[in-house]
Amino acid sequence: MEFFKIRKDIPFMRHALTFNLISIAMFLLAVGALAFKGLNLGVEFTGGTVMEVGYSESANLSKIRKSLESGGMSEAVVQSFGDSRTVLIRLPTKPELTGAKLSDQVFLMLKEDDPQLELRRVDYVGSQVGEELVEKGALALLVVSLGIVIYLAFRFEWKFGLAAILANLHDVVIILGFFALFQWEFSLPVLAAVLAILGYSVNESVVVFDRIRENFRKMRKASVREVINNAITRIMGRTIITHGSTQLMVLSILIFGGETLHYFALALTIGILFGIYSSIFVASPLVLWLGISREDLIKPEVKKEEAVV
Amino acid sequence: MNRYPLWKYLIIVCAVVAGVVYTIPNFFGESPAIQVSPLRAGAKVDLSLLQKIDDLLTNEGITVQASYLDKNGIKVRFEDTDSQLQAKDAVQGGLGRDYIVALNLLPNSPSWLTSLNALPMYLGLDLRGGVHFLLQVDMPSALQKAKESYLQDLRRVMRAENIRYSKISVGKSGIDIEFRDESIRDQALVILEINATDLNYVSKERGSATLISAAVKPEVEKRIQEFALQQNITTLRNRVNELGVAEPIVQQSGADRVVVQLPGVQDTAKAKNILGRTATLEVRLVDEDKMDPASLQAAQDGRIPSGDDLIYDREGTPYLLKKEVILTGDRISDAQPGFDNTTSEAAVHLSLDGRGSSIFQMTTRENVGRRIAMVLVEKGSSEVVTAPVVRAEIPGGRVQISGSMTTTEAHDTALLLRAGALAAPMEIIEERTVGPSLGADNIDRGFKSTWIGFAALALFIAVYYSVFGVISVFALSVNMMLLAAVLSMLQATLTLPGIAAVALTLGMAIDANVLINERIREEIRNGTTPQAAITAGYERAWGTILDSNITTLIAGIALFFFGTGPIRGFAVVHCIGILTSMFSAVFVSRGVVNLIYGRKKKIDRLAIGDSDWYKKSN
Repeated sequence: MEFFKIRKDIPFMRHALTFNLISIAMFLLAVGALAFKGLNLGVEFTGGTVMEVGYSESANLSKIRKSLESGGMSEAVVQSFGDSRTVLIRLPTKPELTGAKLSDQVFLMLKEDDPQLELRRVDYVGSQVGEELVEKGALALLVVSLGIVIYLAFRFEWKFGLAAILANLHDVVIILGFFALFQWEFSLPVLAAVLAILGYSVNESVVVFDRIRENFRKMRKASVREVINNAITRIMGRTIITHGSTQLMVLSILIFGGETLHYFALALTIGILFGIYSSIFVASPLVLWLGISREDLIKPEVKKEEAVV
Repeated sequence: MNRYPLWKYLIIVCAVVAGVVYTIPNFFGESPAIQVSPLRAGAKVDLSLLQKIDDLLTNEGITVQASYLDKNGIKVRFEDTDSQLQAKDAVQGGLGRDYIVALNLLPNSPSWLTSLNALPMYLGLDLRGGVHFLLQVDMPSALQKAKESYLQDLRRVMRAENIRYSKISVGKSGIDIEFRDESIRDQALVILEINATDLNYVSKERGSATLISAAVKPEVEKRIQEFALQQNITTLRNRVNELGVAEPIVQQSGADRVVVQLPGVQDTAKAKNILGRTATLEVRLVDEDKMDPASLQAAQDGRIPSGDDLIYDREGTPYLLKKEVILTGDRISDAQPGFDNTTSEAAVHLSLDGRGSSIFQMTTRENVGRRIAMVLVEKGSSEVVTAPVVRAEIPGGRVQISGSMTTTEAHDTALLLRAGALAAPMEIIEERTVGPSLGADNIDRGFKSTWIGFAALALFIAVYYSVFGVISVFALSVNMMLLAAVLSMLQATLTLPGIAAVALTLGMAIDANVLINERIREEIRNGTTPQAAITAGYERAWGTILDSNITTLIAGIALFFFGTGPIRGFAVVHCIGILTSMFSAVFVSRGVVNLIYGRKKKIDRLAIGDSDWYKKSN
């Protein structure tokens, strides 16, 4: 079986400007969503309590809300989680009660209405822990970005490193933008997904760059644009198949992985789709704008010859 | 040229065999079991105890699957949870209070695997259910407590040396001592510097007052904090042991935090209650001179006599107690729940240690006819449990606390007093509780999504790349097995994000094989012979695979160092998966390709699923 039977190189770079404008527009939209709506941070980052309780039959949300209100927990957010019998309750931190006690109290309160109630999960995070996590998350993002730039600068050239990281940070911002726009919960697993995507989609750019470097050696007479077009066209088949395969796995997590992994899989899905887009339509034009040339990549050999002469 | 030397095949065979051996323990499942470990230092766990337990169980007619002794204690495995629960009661009853009998799950893997150290992966709390707490020790309060005790020391030193001070108090930075004039102060300074060396002393004038300001030395402060943390960890361990949990974790995390993990705990509310409580006992005298209604009323309005504290009992009756604490919980050597002999109310019976007994005897002798109060102090609030009248001198250090307690409260109070007091209050700053049913659901979902995803992926790749696709799928299966084997060997903790990482890593690992296969197809399109195409495909793809995996690895390593809890599990799986995938996707798959094609002199075409579309028009 074969999907991609492309004979001529597709002139991707002819439309470089258009793609870059689209990217900038998407990027600005994402930044706007982040600035105006902000991320709906999970309890790990904000501090607070989340409880998951299981009822023996369909839960009556309004009744639960009422009992919580009468118990002085009017700020509690009650929603169903996954199926109609599972209920998620979010509680803000109360200064007079430690979080650990708070969840016990709420559970006892709800158990009065339904003695068969089952406590499935409690996550309580104090505010100082949350602040530390935000700090650590930001630091991780920074270190990953720097590490990748340094590695690529060492293996290729600084222009490639910069282009790759810009393209991929653009992916990260767009994932974050989606989470802000739709107010999906941004939890620790989502952060893990975002960082994994950062590594994964740099990987994508690396494959394209590798091909560009190889083409510079082989296609001695071609212009830089032709070299890039050929590299992207030749690599298209593998790009789609690879991402399709990864997406098959992620789709399986999205469908069968349950609520806990839902947003994790969603972040990966967005990341994979934009990863394809960004490595072809963002990273490569960026390399072009940064003024890459044949000499940038095959310098060592030239020097050797000079030495001999 | 497409042939591997024998040693390369041997490496592959060894890796696969090791992979199989270390992966299979994960498939045997777990049986309900009990675990017996010593609670007190004197209690021995040896073969004779194992024999005793076996006899106990045989007498009760409970079928045992296996029982053995290891470094954690004695473990007994059962067919079902019913016999497990029966056995727990039987063994606990037969052995008494010197041993902890905890419920546990033990792997069913045969002993030859266990002897190879091939153990199943350890399931994280989100998969097996249980509680995780992060507790923060309140260090300022530990230091405050230390300052108060230094204040007593200084007072004693000056009294012994006959130095008259006009006022001594704990201030913001340290302890302030006021003197009438400079000569007394200078004299005091010399004496204090010799006799109480844990503090730094500075002479000061504040307004008209002449004073010495004493501050705890930084190194001593550090020592106090370390001690407080260690003391709290010890106390927590004792409490956890009393709860009867198999394989609990209590360990330091950072300078002032403690992690407690209790796998498989069902009654999380009780666990929280016992861990979070900071109860300690104080024995104090009731200030009988001020217990008239008028003074009590005045105290309730805020005019508390100096030297006294106003403390209520459970019914709300006020007591004025002398500030001086006669005894604290440290002096308790044992505490047992029981009943009062005369009123048959629930009670706690305390045994005091040698020094505690003599202090208590002296106090009761000097205060016959007066009341002595037992005060339970819990994080910021004190409660008078009972304040009986002393009828006679009490020797021997046997004390009973009884008030309006229920049997459960008596039981819990005894547990807390027995396990010792915390050196400094602690607060739970993070809690993760996962119920057992959610844990089971999580395992189910995790595995289901991995298997379905893997099956779909395998099917697609096999169809798309034909024989080479099947080889890729084989390499991916080896990868999955090696990943599971390495995780089992490292005894890594598997979490739900960890399972997700397995799925994701497999989805990404196929990239290497796709790169190779596409490269081979391309070489064929360019007119290279099949054998040369294989060589060129693998060689050209290798550089790309290396580069792309290293960048992914950078992200994984950073995740590991900056992540916490579930994220770390994700990062570990991700990093190991990248390494195993490079081995299996390149080395193993090439081995299989060489085995199939390497020996053939002439190959018409490679079964890599390509068509001849490029030829037709040319």
